[in-house]
Amino acid sequence: MQGEAARGNRQVFVLALAAAAVCLVAAMPLLGSNYAVRVTTTICMFVTMALSWNFIGGYAGYPSFATSAFFGFGAYAGAILQTRGMPMLAAWVAATVSTALFSYILGFAILRLRGHYFAVGSFAVLELVKLGASNWAGLTGGGSGLNLPIVPGGPEFAGRVFLYSMLGLAILTFAVAMVVDRSRLGFGLRCIRQNESAANMLGVDVDRLKIAAFVLSAMFVGTSGAIYASWVSYIDPTDMFSILVTIKVPVMVLLGGAGTLFGPIVGVILFQVLEERIWSSFLEVHSGVLGFVIVLLVFLLPGGLLRLPARLRLLRGRQAAT
Amino acid sequence: MTADAILEVRRLSKTFGGVRAVNDVSFSLGCGEIVGMIGPNGAGKTTLVNLMTGVLQPTSGIVLFDGIDVTRQKPHQAARRGLARTFQIVQPFPEMTVLENVAAAALFAAGAESVWAAREQAREHLEFVGIGKLATVLSRSLTLPDRKRLELAKGLAMRPRVLMLDEVNAGLNSGEIDAALDLIRRVSARGVTIIIVEHLMKVIFSLSDRVLVLHQGALISQGKPAEVAEDENVIRAYLGSRFAERHKGLLRHG
Repeated sequence: MQGEAARGNRQVFVLALAAAAVCLVAAMPLLGSNYAVRVTTTICMFVTMALSWNFIGGYAGYPSFATSAFFGFGAYAGAILQTRGMPMLAAWVAATVSTALFSYILGFAILRLRGHYFAVGSFAVLELVKLGASNWAGLTGGGSGLNLPIVPGGPEFAGRVFLYSMLGLAILTFAVAMVVDRSRLGFGLRCIRQNESAANMLGVDVDRLKIAAFVLSAMFVGTSGAIYASWVSYIDPTDMFSILVTIKVPVMVLLGGAGTLFGPIVGVILFQVLEERIWSSFLEVHSGVLGFVIVLLVFLLPGGLLRLPARLRLLRGRQAAT
Repeated sequence: MTADAILEVRRLSKTFGGVRAVNDVSFSLGCGEIVGMIGPNGAGKTTLVNLMTGVLQPTSGIVLFDGIDVTRQKPHQAARRGLARTFQIVQPFPEMTVLENVAAAALFAAGAESVWAAREQAREHLEFVGIGKLATVLSRSLTLPDRKRLELAKGLAMRPRVLMLDEVNAGLNSGEIDAALDLIRRVSARGVTIIIVEHLMKVIFSLSDRVLVLHQGALISQGKPAEVAEDENVIRAYLGSRFAERHKGLLRHG
């Protein structure tokens, strides 16, 4: 009981911290340069993607590499609708819905696979969607990409619009994650991660829950893709279906703590700080150094940063017992 | 007996490739009965349990639960109907506490209305099986006897009407087995029909109202423990003549 009360207190503390972070991000246009605003917008975008990936990769334990597929899908859906005259906000909503539908149908096909097979299958999805975007030139502009209408009001104003849009989306995704974390769905997904067939035998409708997690992992990523497309106002297949992003997002979540509520956010911030620091100190070999540091961190912090206190307690308990 | 049968299988068969793992098996369970299922390794006992809980689909034959054809059910549907099972190899969720393990069963199989309510129910079941003190321990750190109790608590939290115990006593010492027997009797007293799959004859013969004997996928005998122990087929296939001699005496006196 005491443990639960302490846990409650800690959650209040962390939520207060999160609220402070939100205020800081919201005040960014007043505090920092345009560069700072752009970096903050990107961080918010990655927070959305990391929180989303956490539904399928963290809670359900299905290592998905489809993040970029959904990002690109949403970006193209939004861009195509916007170039055909749909207002920006409506296009974002439509992109969200169509990405959700796409992932729902996809889920039936690839969620039958488990473990490595699922990982490979989700990667194949990324390649397939990319191929589709490259070849269906009539709709997507093919390799030459698509131009989107530029938001009027000057770059500074546009910067704010996209910062607040990405921030709002990240908050929405976090709110959904918070609900799922405490709900029957979250509990069921944790059971699936630890032992899927045992979960099934205990009455968990594993197929339905996995698809729910997969759709949750896709839809807000689709929105962020659509917002990103409007933000940069030009998209092409190589940029939208990036392999780097599809790998970066799971790495961020693993750094912070997969299957925890705050882990993805902590992971994104940790990753961005590392990336910036290493970029400025090792200009020539920064990606090699970054890779090495990540491998090191994953080895030293299995379960992520947020699982560290629990692991330490466990170790101390063991020492006390012997 | 068919009048108040809760579970009935009719001419059930399952082939894997060319092997008939279960071959034309029919029987029924009366409400509240404790039925033992014995047979040598590979006789098809676990396959039969899997067929009755939707883990495997039979090649032919049907499964009736409470008069309804449930042959094509999925495992989670079986669980929600009240067909619960424990595993020969215990399968807890290792990273969850003992309480959460049992709460999962209460939430998903018994349909507790909230996660909180499921935890409350789980607490009662843990007390019932005698591991209430271990509620907040991670389930992977339990000892074998406690894991078996956890399996049973999970089974109970599913609010089963039929509970299939697949070797819940394997690996326990004789004192632990006595405690387990007592526990199973108390579960039965709640009106739960029990199928108990076991190699330990002491368990089967002291608990069962009726015994089913499987050999090479076929049901070769069924009846009261004393009858089965004297059945020539069963002695030849499974028990062995020395056991039969010893147990004739045991059954008459005890």
